[in-house]
Amino acid sequence: MSERRRLLPPVLRQLQGDPLGLGRAARSHRSETLRPRTDTADRVVQSVCPYCAVGCGQRVYVKDEKVVQIEGDPDSPISRGRLCPKGAASEAYVNSPIREYRVKYRRPYATGWEDLELDQAMDMIADRLIDTRAKTWEQNDADGRPLRRTLGMAVLGGATLDSEENYLMKKFFSAAGAVSIENQARI
Amino acid sequence: MAEQHPVGFQWVVEAKERGATVIHVDPRYTRTSAAADVHVPLRGGTDIAFLGGVINYILENGRHFTDYVRHYTNARVIIKPEFQDVAELDGVFSGWDREEGVYEVSSWGYAGTSGELAAGKSKQTGDVSGDIAHGAHGMKLEHGEPPEEDWDLEHPNCVFQILKRHFAPYTPEVVEQVCGVPREKLIQVAETLCRNSGRERTSAVCYAVGWTQHTHGVQNIRAASIIQLLLGNIGRPGGGIMALRGHANIQGSTDIPTLYDILPGYIPMPHPDSGDSFDEFVELNGPDTGAWGSLKSYATSLLKAWWGEAANPETDMGFDYLPRIDGDHSHYPMMLRMIDGETKGFIVIGQNPVVGSANSGLQRKALANLDWLVVRDTNEIETAAFWYDSPEIESGQTRPEEIGTEVFFLPAAAHTEKDGTFTNTQRLLQWHFKAVEPPEDCRSDLWFTHKLGQRVRAKLSSSQDPKDRPLLDLTWDYPTQGPQDEPDAEAIMQEISGRHADGSFVSKYQELKDDGSTTCGSWIHAGIYAEGINQSARKKPGGEQSWIAPEWGWAWPGNRHILYNRASADPEGRPWSERKRYVWWDEQEEEWTSLGDEPDFEPEKAPGYEPPEGVKGMDAIKGTSPFILHPDGLGWLYAPQGLADGPLPSHYEPHESPFPNLFYGERSNPTRQTYEREGNDYNPSAGEEGAGVFPFVLATYRLTEHHTAGGMSRSVPFLAELQPEMFCEVGSELAAERGLEHGGWATIATTRAVIEARVLVTDRIRPLRVGDPPRVMHQVGIPYHWGRKGLVTGDAGNELLPIVLDRNVHISEYKAATCDIQPGRRPRGPGLQALLDDYRRRAGVRR
Repeated sequence: MSERRRLLPPVLRQLQGDPLGLGRAARSHRSETLRPRTDTADRVVQSVCPYCAVGCGQRVYVKDEKVVQIEGDPDSPISRGRLCPKGAASEAYVNSPIREYRVKYRRPYATGWEDLELDQAMDMIADRLIDTRAKTWEQNDADGRPLRRTLGMAVLGGATLDSEENYLMKKFFSAAGAVSIENQARI
Repeated sequence: MAEQHPVGFQWVVEAKERGATVIHVDPRYTRTSAAADVHVPLRGGTDIAFLGGVINYILENGRHFTDYVRHYTNARVIIKPEFQDVAELDGVFSGWDREEGVYEVSSWGYAGTSGELAAGKSKQTGDVSGDIAHGAHGMKLEHGEPPEEDWDLEHPNCVFQILKRHFAPYTPEVVEQVCGVPREKLIQVAETLCRNSGRERTSAVCYAVGWTQHTHGVQNIRAASIIQLLLGNIGRPGGGIMALRGHANIQGSTDIPTLYDILPGYIPMPHPDSGDSFDEFVELNGPDTGAWGSLKSYATSLLKAWWGEAANPETDMGFDYLPRIDGDHSHYPMMLRMIDGETKGFIVIGQNPVVGSANSGLQRKALANLDWLVVRDTNEIETAAFWYDSPEIESGQTRPEEIGTEVFFLPAAAHTEKDGTFTNTQRLLQWHFKAVEPPEDCRSDLWFTHKLGQRVRAKLSSSQDPKDRPLLDLTWDYPTQGPQDEPDAEAIMQEISGRHADGSFVSKYQELKDDGSTTCGSWIHAGIYAEGINQSARKKPGGEQSWIAPEWGWAWPGNRHILYNRASADPEGRPWSERKRYVWWDEQEEEWTSLGDEPDFEPEKAPGYEPPEGVKGMDAIKGTSPFILHPDGLGWLYAPQGLADGPLPSHYEPHESPFPNLFYGERSNPTRQTYEREGNDYNPSAGEEGAGVFPFVLATYRLTEHHTAGGMSRSVPFLAELQPEMFCEVGSELAAERGLEHGGWATIATTRAVIEARVLVTDRIRPLRVGDPPRVMHQVGIPYHWGRKGLVTGDAGNELLPIVLDRNVHISEYKAATCDIQPGRRPRGPGLQALLDDYRRRAGVRR
């Protein structure tokens, strides 16, 4: 594009053979130096969309150890590179402006959150689990048949967890005697 | 499908371009309807009536695929003479125990078999669920053969004749009155399906899990299965019933369940009735024949994976270490138990029950009565914030100072921050690779569970209490990696896949042993790490392999992409037609071969194989019986066991309905689980006092731009902008009748709650003519994605819904309730409760 034409107001540039204003008319010095984030990424990692269960392939673009873009994976025989509005927006899910990065703690009857170290939170949760389990343990039923379980604690897992995560949860909480281990698959 | 699974829908579009006919049956007109050849709007909750109409059309006109039906289904099996159908008993099957509200099922069985259910039960009580727990796989047959059969399908008590009689009342005329679907449209759909099925062609049924969200949800899908079996559309390319699941790993979290009633690979959780010993458990829960005949090998390998050396004869192979279920411990009873003060601690991981589960008010009440609550999510969802931000707090009914729950919010890692598998809707496990480390306090759920386990075990390490042995003896040493000490997901997958005694990897479930020499965390996943390779991480580009794409990920079991695919060949093992060739018997090589899929059959079992006397397991399955998970190897048109509400689907009205049942005196599914308690009162239905207060049918649904309870979409600016506000959809006639203005506000009420939403007046929801005599009926549609947190907020649709469950699976009826709708916004403050009280008073609800 000549320097003279570039200086014309955009609407006039548009009238000069780019009726949709999506081609030449939209170019500028700045736009010519722009490069897609997919070009400048340090690496690309193959992933799977976290929303519905079609299982579309994703390519995750990483720069400076941050996810900078997520695109459809053309290699996937399921999705052939396509993503829906949710899948296409999933970079903004990973980097959501309201994402939480720190543990929050609310005391009984408190009116606000407090900060808490992750390590301490885990320790407190382990104590609660052991205590509740001990207090609500049922060794046998009324007929003396073994139950060895607790209904005093329950676990509800989402259906966006990995299979390996589900496996460890079922294994650990069953060993602890919990039976109300449930999932979004139920709804 | 175009709305909720847009990228999956590309294949429907492509099929249509190649000449396929696309039929869309849905109360709403959606993007799917726009792309379909035929859209059939029907009244919510009447699917069985519609599908029953199709079944009746097939049978009345002799349009079934005779060879398929005779050889591959149980049409020829003779049922006990004492069996009585719903037509004889006005809406219940034989064995109905009205006092206990359950069926005694011995009369439903195959003639010549005993009436005993799995787990030593004779009644389909609600304390267990799932087909296995009800004994679908537990039926005892001698060498895999039903005792009495009529290959001519003429015996009056053979399944085929029972089926014919059962569906005879489902005529186009009655279907029209029940569903509001013109009779011509039903016939058009039925005829299209018939024409497109048989040797040369196949039809597929796709359903979204809304079908499960009824008090007869399982029977909706059973009805579709009957159509597909009659037309020969199961186990063949282009056929099948596709569950369009709504979450990335909803399939996987059922296969490797975080569900109360099953262990990995659909092994039932033990129940005191299923015996004190492992052998008794196997005897009562496993059949002798078919793939479940090896239950002992699967269960032993699981127990060895969990408890290693401690799974020995002293612990009855670890069976003593498993907790027992003895009631319905599923999601809703569990929340009610919190209200009753019996459940004190609750860990919620990546789920938002305050928005996503029926009756949000009761969900919050449950949380408010806990001692402690852990919520793990990527942002602060409503379930974490319930104690300071809720409708009850807004209206002044409660205050944070009155809520004693201790709350821990732990930020979770996103899918890009961890390795692991999602199992997609076609049972395909796909590995997603970690792209970056989880930031700050964010961690994977693998990390959380592993670390919690380590801490609990450490704190109990000196305990002598026998109840702590299962925790202390648990195999829990997983390698960790990275700066956050995240467990290696691949090590867990290796445990799931299984090992031989020498440490080498199991390559298929047939290698599992019942003597404790193999380990395997989930028998259906055996071999996913065969040869030391993560099979789920295979990503050979689709363009470089066949359309079956066997080298992209890994489908359980054994990388079989189409289940029961032996049915794609005729009884002699030849393809039904050249056009539909998929799996067939290779005469020269004397083995099953295929276009590229793994045969879902024993590779060298000849089509002519007849089981000798006394054999068990897979040896007892004939060479012509494709449905190897059933003890008889047959597709069940009629389910002699496994269902709590009958061997055949029958139309019942939704629990809340403005109409009587035109088929039977029994209005709604007699086995449905109801919870008459404070906060969960039901709207009066047809014929009851006050029914007119809630005259409209209400359904909840999803939008393309949002995801379930909103945690993963109301946090995304683009999606929040695309769908910024809670709304309801009403037809223009209803809008005129109630003075609802497009773009204005409406107040929607039930006996549980009152909410507000923007009004979308649209022709996408049309009034239907329903009943006898027919009258105009309106439906109201509401998306359920909104709540009080996130970038965009709105009242939650699930505030309105009651808890009322399908007894088979304990899923609530989200898809058909009743409601009222009025113009304008709902009151704030105490006026909200006053309005609700007024509705309840007018409806005659007293509490």
